[in-house]
Amino acid sequence: MNAFLSQLLAGLAAGGIYASLALALVMIYRSTHHVNFAQGEMAMFSTFVASLLLQAGWPYWAAFAATVAIAFATGAAIEGLLIRRLRDAPVLAIVVVFVALLVILHSLAGWLFGYAIRSFPSPFPQAAAGYGGGLMSPHQLGAIGVTLVMLALIYLFFRYSPLGLAMRATAENPVSSRLVGVRVNRMLALGWGLAGAIGAVAGMMVAPVVFLDVHMMSGVLLYAFAAAVLGGIGSAPGAVVGGFIVGVLENLLGTYVVGAELKLTVALVLIIGVLVARPSGLFGKAVVVRV
Amino acid sequence: MSEPLLDVRGLEAGYGATRVLFGIDLQVAAGSITALLGANGAGKTTTLRALCGLIRRQGHVTLAGRRIDGLACEEIVRLGVAHVPDGRGTFTGLTTEENLRMGACTRRDRAGVREDFERLYDYFPRLKERRHQQAGTLSGGEQQMLAIARALMLRPKLLLMDEPSFGLAPLVVQDIFRIMQRVRESQNVSILLVEQNASLALELADTAYLLETGRIVLSGPASAVRSNDAVRTAYLGGQS
Repeated sequence: MNAFLSQLLAGLAAGGIYASLALALVMIYRSTHHVNFAQGEMAMFSTFVASLLLQAGWPYWAAFAATVAIAFATGAAIEGLLIRRLRDAPVLAIVVVFVALLVILHSLAGWLFGYAIRSFPSPFPQAAAGYGGGLMSPHQLGAIGVTLVMLALIYLFFRYSPLGLAMRATAENPVSSRLVGVRVNRMLALGWGLAGAIGAVAGMMVAPVVFLDVHMMSGVLLYAFAAAVLGGIGSAPGAVVGGFIVGVLENLLGTYVVGAELKLTVALVLIIGVLVARPSGLFGKAVVVRV
Repeated sequence: MSEPLLDVRGLEAGYGATRVLFGIDLQVAAGSITALLGANGAGKTTTLRALCGLIRRQGHVTLAGRRIDGLACEEIVRLGVAHVPDGRGTFTGLTTEENLRMGACTRRDRAGVREDFERLYDYFPRLKERRHQQAGTLSGGEQQMLAIARALMLRPKLLLMDEPSFGLAPLVVQDIFRIMQRVRESQNVSILLVEQNASLALELADTAYLLETGRIVLSGPASAVRSNDAVRTAYLGGQS
């Protein structure tokens, strides 16, 4: 029973990471209808930046804050310099640009930081015998805490702040937003910045578990895609719930059914299954277009 | 006569290679209601879009003496030009109240915004009843009221209105026109009104312009335009 509970909690810990990254995907999708394939690599790159700062002797939380700020600025810059110019481009061109961005960030990280696998520190204490009943490592517990705090802050921001309202309005109807005086370009850059920052937090929380290397986010991104699709790619709450479901399923199925080698396949099967059975996801709305 | 609030000279605009406006001249005097009339496809909506910077345009446009023909839409709005767009432009996923809040999103005077919420809920009690409802679930007439109320939340100097009567029951239309009259008197808002319902628009307006295939073909005081024979035949359903 304890083993089962332990797997369940580990699934929730991983699910928090998937939920964060899925939320970042959904934020960009909602505002521009683009699926940002490079989201994982952006997070990986940010984690390397955090690692550099830590090596330079920064205290953990200072490095954490600085990395989030840098990731925000980088995300906003990518939107302003690159994505904005694609506003009227055909969908395929946009997909190619996102894939290119993925490859570029991947190679750039390899070139700058090397392909060796490194350890990445956790800000939380090492597991001590008997800690928390031994069900969860302090890092898992801490990562869930950080993720939940972040998700709550994002929720409050979008629900109650004027800026969050303007961003929701822009995502929904850019023309009407301009007509009430919203500077739409800034909102889009801000959305990308937030997505970058969320990804950075997810990267720093997952790195102590999967270790830091240029490939660290590729699996995580697949799970995040599965989470976003499961929740309905246009729904932020859906992405979060989807993330936790995927995390738990992955862990339980991996432990009791398919074995660790096939864990990643679970994500892919889930994506295909959802797309076939319920394309709009758990929380998504079916969009009907009149022609 | 003092300087007009909005002064438009030689306005040209279109979509892609298609030109729609061929040099429009028009003025909106401060505190007045100016009607822009014309048949379908004459360029009425295009004129409003060009004035507020939603589409590329050429010409000389000033608002209270300041040139605005080179400004982006969101900057023109910030100078006090509100727009009730064609098709209403409702933020369907937001609540009624959030829609109104968006109308005031450039304002920093919180007390004034609160006042305006009260005032507009007083004008449109239906919106108050439905303020926490998702705006996409409102009826067409309610969404039209919402579009007008949202525009007024800016406390605009100039209100551009695109077919406020479109698709509304006659009683609702009368309501809306009464409110426009009230707004003009109480807040010194100038209105540029695009309407297909010419008789209603001419009743309300001080000045009128008639647009045909992208050119102004007639202009003058509303009373004079109303008694013009060509207008009576083509737009007011009168006998020639």
